Amino acid sequence: MSATLTTPPVSTQPPAEHRPTYLNITKTIGSWLLTLDHKRICLLYLLSIALFFSIGGFAAMLVRLELLTPAGDFLTADGYNKAFTLHGIMMVFFFLIPSIPATMGNFLVPIMVGAKDVAFPRLNLMSWYVFMFGSVLAITSVLLGGVDTGWTFYTPYSSTYSNSAVTFAALGAFVAGFSSILTGLNFMVTIHKMRAPGLTWFRLPLFMWAIYSTSVIQILGTPVVAITLVMVALERTLQFGFFDPKLGGDPILFQHLFWFYSHPAVYIMILPALGVISEVISAMSRRKVYGYTFVAMSSVAIAIISFIVWGHHMFTSGQSVYAGMVFSFLTFLVAIPSAIKVFNWLGTMYQGSISFATPMIYALGFLGLFAVGGLTGLFLAAMGTDLHMHDTYFVVAHFHYIMVGGAVMGFYAGLHYWWPKITGRAYPEFLGQVAGTLMFFGFNFTFFPQFLVGYLGMPRRYHAYPAEMQVFNILSSVGASILAIAYILPAIYLAWSFFYGKRVGDNPWEAKGLEWEIPSPPPTENFLKPVVVTEEPYTYTKEAH
Amino acid sequence: MSAQSHTAESRGLAHHFEDFNQQLDASTFGMWLFLITEILFFGGLFAGYALYRSHMPEGFQTASSHLNIFLGGFNTVVLIASSLTMAMAVRSCQLGDNPKTRNFLIATLFLGLVFLGVKVIEYGEKIEHHLVPGPNFDTSIPFAQGQQMFYNFYFAMTGMHALHMIIGSGLLIYFIVRAHQGRYHSNYFGPVEIMGLYWHFVDIVWIFLFPLLYLLGLHLGGH
Repeated sequence: MSATLTTPPVSTQPPAEHRPTYLNITKTIGSWLLTLDHKRICLLYLLSIALFFSIGGFAAMLVRLELLTPAGDFLTADGYNKAFTLHGIMMVFFFLIPSIPATMGNFLVPIMVGAKDVAFPRLNLMSWYVFMFGSVLAITSVLLGGVDTGWTFYTPYSSTYSNSAVTFAALGAFVAGFSSILTGLNFMVTIHKMRAPGLTWFRLPLFMWAIYSTSVIQILGTPVVAITLVMVALERTLQFGFFDPKLGGDPILFQHLFWFYSHPAVYIMILPALGVISEVISAMSRRKVYGYTFVAMSSVAIAIISFIVWGHHMFTSGQSVYAGMVFSFLTFLVAIPSAIKVFNWLGTMYQGSISFATPMIYALGFLGLFAVGGLTGLFLAAMGTDLHMHDTYFVVAHFHYIMVGGAVMGFYAGLHYWWPKITGRAYPEFLGQVAGTLMFFGFNFTFFPQFLVGYLGMPRRYHAYPAEMQVFNILSSVGASILAIAYILPAIYLAWSFFYGKRVGDNPWEAKGLEWEIPSPPPTENFLKPVVVTEEPYTYTKEAH
Repeated sequence: MSAQSHTAESRGLAHHFEDFNQQLDASTFGMWLFLITEILFFGGLFAGYALYRSHMPEGFQTASSHLNIFLGGFNTVVLIASSLTMAMAVRSCQLGDNPKTRNFLIATLFLGLVFLGVKVIEYGEKIEHHLVPGPNFDTSIPFAQGQQMFYNFYFAMTGMHALHMIIGSGLLIYFIVRAHQGRYHSNYFGPVEIMGLYWHFVDIVWIFLFPLLYLLGLHLGGH
C-alpha cells in the first residue's frame, strides 16, 4: 500500500465531468438551498460549521491573548467572560455537536446502509434550516453585546443576575438542539428501516454503530436541556422563579437537568470520532477490525453509561457525598468501553501493513490524545482529587484533550479519508501530512501546560492570574498559534482541492465498504444497481488467529 | 423511479422507499422516536415539579385547591373524546375513505379548539386573581412562595401542552385539506396514522397533568 492516493487502475466509469454526479446535476444556488439530497446537505453543514468553528476559534484567540500576561490588560473582566462564553457556545453547540454526524454522518449513513437517501429527506433539510436559525439567534446575542455566563448557563447567574443577552443565546442553543434531535431521529430510523438486503446489524460498518449510539443520546438527552433552557428563558423574561433561591427555587436543580444532557453531549461529540477512527485504522492498516463485536458494543455501552454519570460535575455543588460516591464509581465504568476501543485499535494495527497517509496521521494523533484525555478523566472522576482540581485548568485541559484532541482530530481524519469520495478529488497529500503532524504538536503544546498550571491551582474563567504561572500560559498561547495554523492550512488546501484537485477513482484507498463501491463523487441516487450485501465488513484479511 | 411515480397505486410513495410497507414502518418508527423525545422534554418539568412539591407540599396543595376542577374535568373529557374521533379518522383513512376521514378530523379539530377555548377562560381567571407568577403575583396569600412555585409549573406545563395542541390543530387543518382532496388510499394512510400517534400522545400528557395539577388539593375542598 503506497502512502498516497492511488490512481484508478481501470475505471469502468466515464470521468466525473462527463457523467451526472450529485455535485454537477444542477448548478443553481436554489438547487443547493432546497436540496433534499443528503450529500448536498452534508456540504451545507460543512460550510456552516466551518464558519462557526472560525468564530469560536477567534474567541479562543482573544482568550489566549489575554492570558499571555498575568495582569488583566487586554480585555476587561467582562469582555473576557464574553470571549470564553462565545468560544464555548460556538464550539459546543454549533461546531462539535453537529460536526461529524451532520457532515460525514449525513453523507455516509444512507450509503453505508445501502439506501438512496435518509428516511426523511425533507426533515433532513429542515434540520439544517433549524440549525441555521439557532445560529442566527446565538449570533444575535453577540451583536446585542455578548453573553457572560459561560456555555453552561449556570443559574441563578444566568437567570437573575447577568445583564447580558442570555435569552437569545439560550434560545439559540435550544433551537440548535432540535436540529440535533431531528438529525439523530433521521439516522436512527434510516439505520433501522433502510438497510439493504443482507446487511444485518453485525455487517454494519463500525461508523454506523457509533452514529447509532450518538443518535440514541441525541434523542434521549437533548429534549431535557431544551426544556431546561426554556425554564431559564421563562425565568428571565416572565420572572418564573424556577431556579431563583429568593423565590424558593433551587439552582442545583438547573445543574442536574443541564448535566443530564450535557454530560451525554460529550459523547455526542466523541462517539462519532471513535467510529471514524475504527474505519480509518482498519483501512490504513489493511486489517479487519480486531474484535468487531466488542468495538460495536462498546459504543452502545458508552451511550448507556453516559446517562448515569452526570453527578460527577457536581462533586463540589453540595450534592450528597453518597450520591457523589455512586457517580464517581459509575464514571470509572466509562473507562472500560473506552479502553476496549483503544486496545482493539492497537490489535487491528498489529501486524498490519500500515500506511502513514494523512487520515492515519490524524488517527494516530487521536490515539495518543484520546488516551491522555481519558486517563486524566479518571483523576477527575475520583472525588478526592476532584476537590483539588475542580474548576482549574486541569479540567480545561482534560476536556480539550477529548473534545479537540479526540473529536476534532477524528473530524479531520474522517474529512481527509472520505474527501476523495465526497468531492471526487485528491487533496495535496504532503500538506495534509504536515497539517496533521502540526496539529498533534500544536495541540500538546497548547494544552499540556494547562494540566500543570491547573494542578498548581490556576482557576478557569479568570482574566488575571499570579505572575509565577505566566510561563505555562505563554507556552499555551504560543502552542495555540501553531494550532491555528494547523487548522487554517487544511481549510485552504481542501477548498483549493474542491475546485482544482486531481480527479481520483472510485476507491483510491483500495478500502472496503459500500461507499467505496460507488462512483466518486456519487450520483444523486448513490447506487447504480440494487445493493445486496453478502459478506462481513472489513474483509482485508482474516482476523488475527 | 420515473416509471413508478405517477401510477395510481404508488401515489404517495417517496422515491427512496422500496414500497409502502417500508415507508409506513419508517414513518411510524420515526414518530415513536419523536414521542420519546417529547416524554423527556416534559420529563424535565415533571422532575422539577416532583422536587418542589416535596419541598413545599402546603403551597402546592393550597394552590391546587384553587384550580377549577369542573373546567379541568370537562377538558379531560373533551380530549378523550377527541382521541376517539382521531382513532376513527385513522381507521377511515386505512380503509381509504377520504370524506369520512375528513369529517372525523374536523370533529377532532373542533374538540381541540374547545379545549383551548376553555384553557383561555382558565388563564383569564388566574390573571384576574393575580396568580400569574412574576412581579404581579399576590404575595399576601398563604404559603405564597409554594403557591407561586406551583403556578410556575402550572403555566409552564399547561402552556407547553397547549402549544402542542396548537401545533396539532395546525397539522389537523393540513390533513383535513389533504383528505378533502382525496389524497389517501388503502396503501397510503401513514401520515394520518402518525398524526394520530402525536394527537394521542398530547392527550396522554394531559391525563398526567390533570391529577398532578387539579386533583392534588382536592381534600382541601375546591370549586
